[in-house]
Amino acid sequence: MSNIPTELKYATSHEWLRSEGDGVYTVGITEHAQDLLGDMVFVELPEVGDTVAQGDDVAVGESVKAASDIYAPISGEILAVNDALNDSPELVNSSPYGDGWMFKIKASDESEVAGLLDAAGYKNAIDEE
Amino acid sequence: MAQQTVLINKHVEANAKIVDFHGWDMPLHYGSQIEEHHAVRQDAGMFDVSHMTIVDLHGARVREFLRYLVANDVAKLTVPGKALYTGMLNEQGGVIDDLIVYFQTETFFRLVVNSATREKDLAWINAQANAFDVTVTERPEFAMIAVQGPNAKAKVATILSDEQKAAVAGMKPFFGVQAGDLFIATTGYTGEDGYEISIPEAQAADFWQKLLDAGVKPCGLGARDTLRLEAGMNLYGQDMDETVSPLAANMGWTIAWEPADRNFIGRAALEQHKAQGTMKLVGLVMEAKGVLRHGQRVVVEGGEGEITSGTFSPTLGYSIAMARVPASTGDTAEVDIRGKLVPVKVVKPSFVRMGKKVI
Repeated sequence: MSNIPTELKYATSHEWLRSEGDGVYTVGITEHAQDLLGDMVFVELPEVGDTVAQGDDVAVGESVKAASDIYAPISGEILAVNDALNDSPELVNSSPYGDGWMFKIKASDESEVAGLLDAAGYKNAIDEE
Repeated sequence: MAQQTVLINKHVEANAKIVDFHGWDMPLHYGSQIEEHHAVRQDAGMFDVSHMTIVDLHGARVREFLRYLVANDVAKLTVPGKALYTGMLNEQGGVIDDLIVYFQTETFFRLVVNSATREKDLAWINAQANAFDVTVTERPEFAMIAVQGPNAKAKVATILSDEQKAAVAGMKPFFGVQAGDLFIATTGYTGEDGYEISIPEAQAADFWQKLLDAGVKPCGLGARDTLRLEAGMNLYGQDMDETVSPLAANMGWTIAWEPADRNFIGRAALEQHKAQGTMKLVGLVMEAKGVLRHGQRVVVEGGEGEITSGTFSPTLGYSIAMARVPASTGDTAEVDIRGKLVPVKVVKPSFVRMGKKVI
């Protein structure tokens, strides 16, 4: 069964969100999502400084199997991106919740965070797929 | 209910991700398709290809039958064991299937055909065989294991009997011999050295385990696809089918035009295709970030084509593809990747052979 850390929030489009304090959140894709995609070969990340709205496609994960859009789970400004993925996209497979993170975002509306799924809710969502 | 090969338990034991492949439960990968790919290029990997269909043809006129049935000419097969790759065409010159013919004796040839086309192939072969008094026998009682890679033969040798080792000693590429219970062929779908081994089903799981113990890495359909594409080998149903002339599928080399008086199914149509000209199948290389995919539009000077197979090449570290494009296509093209035209290089559709880049 897929690992779904309880301290994170989730979007139904398979992104996770971790609070870093001060309204800053780290975003990546779930273990379930990387398993569906298979070996990652490229990750196209957003630009630092971009302002994005919840649900925008902001990144692309290309695996050997398919290209998949990655969506902003909340609105805000991109503060940082994980440059390590340029050379080592496989980090998304080996460490989806750790070294395979994708970007950090400063929330413009923290109420959006409350609307995301908790671990149990995300588990239900993927069980229904 | 999907069919399963006799090796299904070995795949499940190894935590394979199982997918439906044309009605068969087959391993897609055992963890990382890219690691499996590299194992075949650098060491030795094995594939369960038991879903493929073995068809034995017996009869006094079997050679004559095959000279009519397929576009390549089995008259080239003069040494017992020698194999030949060919298309089997319909009257319109479209490809019903691609297959390998193994010459065993003057009254016995073996075919290995694709699993996805099994039913139509058998129906077609049977319909044509009547007139030649050739008996068509499918051999589903064999499992098939492809062991591929620079160290494949040496690793297989460690588990063969002395008698079997003698049978395969000095075997050249593209031969198939019976060695005890095994039918061992120096063929493959990866561009590497190795064997494709047919084995009675009851012995297959044990043989697979011995190969594992000898250090051969199990590999799934994912790696099989990236390996064959790097090697520039066609996938039936994707790079060609019944609506595609072999001339438009980089299979011109498999058509034996001479002798001109040999009549084979599809010959008249092929001669027309040749006179009129066809599209061509080329290789594409994109060193920029991104992955070329099946179905993407290819824009060239004065026309358009389409990617038939595209992937990320683990050996090269960038994306490669096969595309069917107008015959006039030059050295460059553009591919429509999600609405953006990206420049690519046009090359011969062969990218990696024997572990080495060939573009």
